[in-house]
Amino acid sequence: MTTPYKAVQSVSFLTTNAVFIGRSIRLSLRNVEALLMAVILPVMLMLLFTYVFGGAIDTTGNYVNYVVPGIILLCAGFGSSSTAVNVAEDMTNGIIDRFRTMPITSISVITGHVVASVARNLLATGIVIGVAYLVGFRPTGSVMDWLGALGVITLFILAFTWLFAAIGLASGNPSAASGYGFALLFLPYISSAFVPTDTMPTWLRGVADNQPITPVIETIRGLLTGTPIDNSAWLAAGWCVLLLLIAIGWSIWTFRRKAARR
Amino acid sequence: MTELAVQVMALRKAYGKQVVLDGIELAVPAGSIFALLGPNGAGKTTLIHILTTLVAADEGVARVFGCDVASEKNAVKSAISLTGQFAAVDEMLTGEENLRMIGRLSGLSPSQSRARAAELLTGFDLTAAAGKRVKTYSGGMRRRLDLAISLVVDRPILFLDEPTTGLDTASRRALWDIILSLKQRGVTIFLTTQYLEEADQLADTAAVISGGRIVATGTPGELKSRIGTEVLELRDENDGLIRLIATDGTLQDLRQIMNDLSLSFPGNTKLSLRKPSMDDVFLALTAPELEVAAP
Repeated sequence: MTTPYKAVQSVSFLTTNAVFIGRSIRLSLRNVEALLMAVILPVMLMLLFTYVFGGAIDTTGNYVNYVVPGIILLCAGFGSSSTAVNVAEDMTNGIIDRFRTMPITSISVITGHVVASVARNLLATGIVIGVAYLVGFRPTGSVMDWLGALGVITLFILAFTWLFAAIGLASGNPSAASGYGFALLFLPYISSAFVPTDTMPTWLRGVADNQPITPVIETIRGLLTGTPIDNSAWLAAGWCVLLLLIAIGWSIWTFRRKAARR
Repeated sequence: MTELAVQVMALRKAYGKQVVLDGIELAVPAGSIFALLGPNGAGKTTLIHILTTLVAADEGVARVFGCDVASEKNAVKSAISLTGQFAAVDEMLTGEENLRMIGRLSGLSPSQSRARAAELLTGFDLTAAAGKRVKTYSGGMRRRLDLAISLVVDRPILFLDEPTTGLDTASRRALWDIILSLKQRGVTIFLTTQYLEEADQLADTAAVISGGRIVATGTPGELKSRIGTEVLELRDENDGLIRLIATDGTLQDLRQIMNDLSLSFPGNTKLSLRKPSMDDVFLALTAPELEVAAP
């Protein structure tokens, strides 16, 4: 024991990530309220838009097919936002110091949250689609279309989860994280999620057409219900990858910066 | 030459204009217990954070078992274990899950992690609470779990930041026993404390930190001897300490002191003569207003 101890006994990157992913999934399962909210809120919104507003927005009764892609994204955004709180909680808890003083890649604690969030949100998305079927959603897409839509949804969830993780890292405490995260959740309302953007005033339409949510929704809608996609798919992929890269970079930078000054 | 577990040279750290560490020099031999004494805000925690790679120093060198804390972080992390001032435990997990998680992250296999967790839960009297979430634990249980987590794998040096703050006497004694048994196993202990009795009981060497500087180092015995063989304590009518005066305890010296004192203090000032404690050393070195006359 008193001999010099210089050996770098690093645990493999894979094991570290597996442990942190397991931890985050366990935390997700224990936070029953958040899990329920992530499913119930979008379902409530879907029912609200289908049965209450739907008739006024689109009198043909076909509104459910229009709105479901928007609800899926709303659900994904809402579900990802809890990552901000989870990450902020970890950063303010003592456990992060434990991880940081161990010979492991401690940022994997964030990766764990991201992977758990993607799993959680895909599950919630499945439930939302199931409920959509029950209220009359009749998609026309082929298996390939569905796979494409799943890919876009996953990419979107991944990008927004990382964005929320970065917000969680940057904000000082869980309630601040929740507050900042809330702002992002308004994006779907100013997009083509609930109404076509050409019904909006010109200035707002400019915002709605050029923000990341609209192309993502148009792509999913096109794949599932056969509406025209045009260049939305490229725009959606471009936006998501761009946001993902920015969010990961921002996260790593914040994680390191917070380590150096406390 | 003895191997050094910790070596610190001209270490400086400031947060903005607030200088926290102002040229710290330290050397802790491997296998010993070292106590860093100081009041709140003296820079103890910052020094521990630098030595455990959590915070970067502005200037100077800090080495743990010869590895530089800035440039050889991973090597340092492999050698250390930290029990900070606030329990570094996962609130949402159970005590057992915490131990197993750290076991896995320390390179133990799942079955080894489980076995080690069971051992530690028994050793730290946490078996009954093993399956409960940590957020339901009492402060004492959290501390015990925190220390247990630090001991999942044997690291050559254990940093303990005010380990007994807020513990009752029985828990404190129990913790001291654990610390002493770790030393038996060859683990170097670097602890900070505000309790001077603690350094007196445990430490092979101690240093007093005040205002970001090391103001004294030595064995607890040496530190005490710096203050003289006896201490005359002056208290006012409300029992507030006014002054400590070092003396050799002879009639001649005491008479001299009495003559000086009767001029500057009221007649109802209470006097008592006793052996110096670590507290006296501490006060003498860190609170100049309670200045101690040289014997």
